[in-house]
Amino acid sequence: MESEMSTRKVRLTVNGQPYEATVEPRTTLVDMLRIDLGLTGTHVGCEHGVCGACTVLMDGLAVRSCIMLAVQAGGAELRTVEGLGHNGDLHPLQEAFMDCHGLQCGFCTPGFLMSVCELLEHSPDPSDDEIRDALGGNICRCTGYQSILESVRLASKKLREQPS
Amino acid sequence: MKPAPFAYYDPSTLEEAVSLLEAQGGEAKLIAGGQSLVPLLNMRLARPTAVIDLNRIDGLSYIREEGGRLAIGAMTRQREIERSELVQRRQPLLHAATKLIAHPQIRNRGTIGGSLAHADPAAEYPALALALDAELRVLGPNGQRAIAAADFFVTYLTTALEPSEVVTEVRLPALPERTGWSVLELSRRHGDFALAGVGTTLTLAAAGSIEDARVVLFGVAATPLRATAAEAMLRGERPTEALFAEAGRAAAAAVEDALSDIHASAEYRRHLVSVLTKRALTEASSRAGAS
Repeated sequence: MESEMSTRKVRLTVNGQPYEATVEPRTTLVDMLRIDLGLTGTHVGCEHGVCGACTVLMDGLAVRSCIMLAVQAGGAELRTVEGLGHNGDLHPLQEAFMDCHGLQCGFCTPGFLMSVCELLEHSPDPSDDEIRDALGGNICRCTGYQSILESVRLASKKLREQPS
Repeated sequence: MKPAPFAYYDPSTLEEAVSLLEAQGGEAKLIAGGQSLVPLLNMRLARPTAVIDLNRIDGLSYIREEGGRLAIGAMTRQREIERSELVQRRQPLLHAATKLIAHPQIRNRGTIGGSLAHADPAAEYPALALALDAELRVLGPNGQRAIAAADFFVTYLTTALEPSEVVTEVRLPALPERTGWSVLELSRRHGDFALAGVGTTLTLAAAGSIEDARVVLFGVAATPLRATAAEAMLRGERPTEALFAEAGRAAAAAVEDALSDIHASAEYRRHLVSVLTKRALTEASSRAGAS
């Protein structure tokens, strides 16, 4: 237990890499990711937990990084959109979004991808209702959502057919 | 930087958390899931001198069956409650209500203790606590005490908690035999706060008449609200559609100062209460085994 008003050191893992940052307690997790760690793949939209653009995985669970404090992520394992692809190759989930036009401007996409990531890890062959429930917390102003639903269906198929 | 500056503490015991609350003289905020508090901080609607984090305290997240009751640790995430087989079996109403809370990403962080202590009148858990006769266990400088849900919700975002008290556990008695339940709400979009909602339980006597009923409204007043006139009207009667419609009208009439805001007028909220109450009672009655 510490009580500094000023700053605090946070150590955590992001996409398998150890990171360390010194932040004020009032720093949100998304600001630490973007500003202190330079991981700008995670986007900031509404900044009060409504739009879902800032969704990341913390210890395997999708959370909104704009309504978590950075200091709360000490010791956690985070995954962000930067961790999906490998050596320039897109993750099957990202390919599916590309194939089905699951994005237009792309601002909301990192959040959608991470929400879907949790869904498919927990439930590899989800029903449309389950997909809609998982997507319900993310707002997209371009696609009208139908193509995102199709992207998730395709991603689920691709991932299940992928040799593990 | 969105929030105003604050000192941050992450104690490892409840006793330390209580001491810190005392030392801050009521100017500190506890953070559990943070899904309501951090938006308030970001918009600077809340400017506490200190934030005391309960997330590093072990042993506050559990769901146990104790002597017929369910005991749920205050830091149990809504997602764990949603996925708990024990909750689904023993308190299906709590399971159903949990699925109505916001979105999966919010439920991954949000906690039962946090939701109750925040006391948003449009939230599901405060209404459910009232409907299910929950008891809240709290710890303060003078030790433990229990507060009945009926005494807990004072007004909008205000509870019977003293400034240096922390909610530690929620206890829910088992539903009696032949009891059906329902929770229904209407929101503008899936996952939004309810414009109006109803949580109900209905117990049938062996002969098929209504032995007891509980009707709790949320999203319509400064606290969740028991529609006691509607409940009284149901007791001893045969469950019929006409009776449930009448109870719906009585429930609507009980909301004297219905909230009116950009989302819905007071009149519309009262109309929703009437319709949702009737539907919820019909569903609860069928679950209780009424023919």
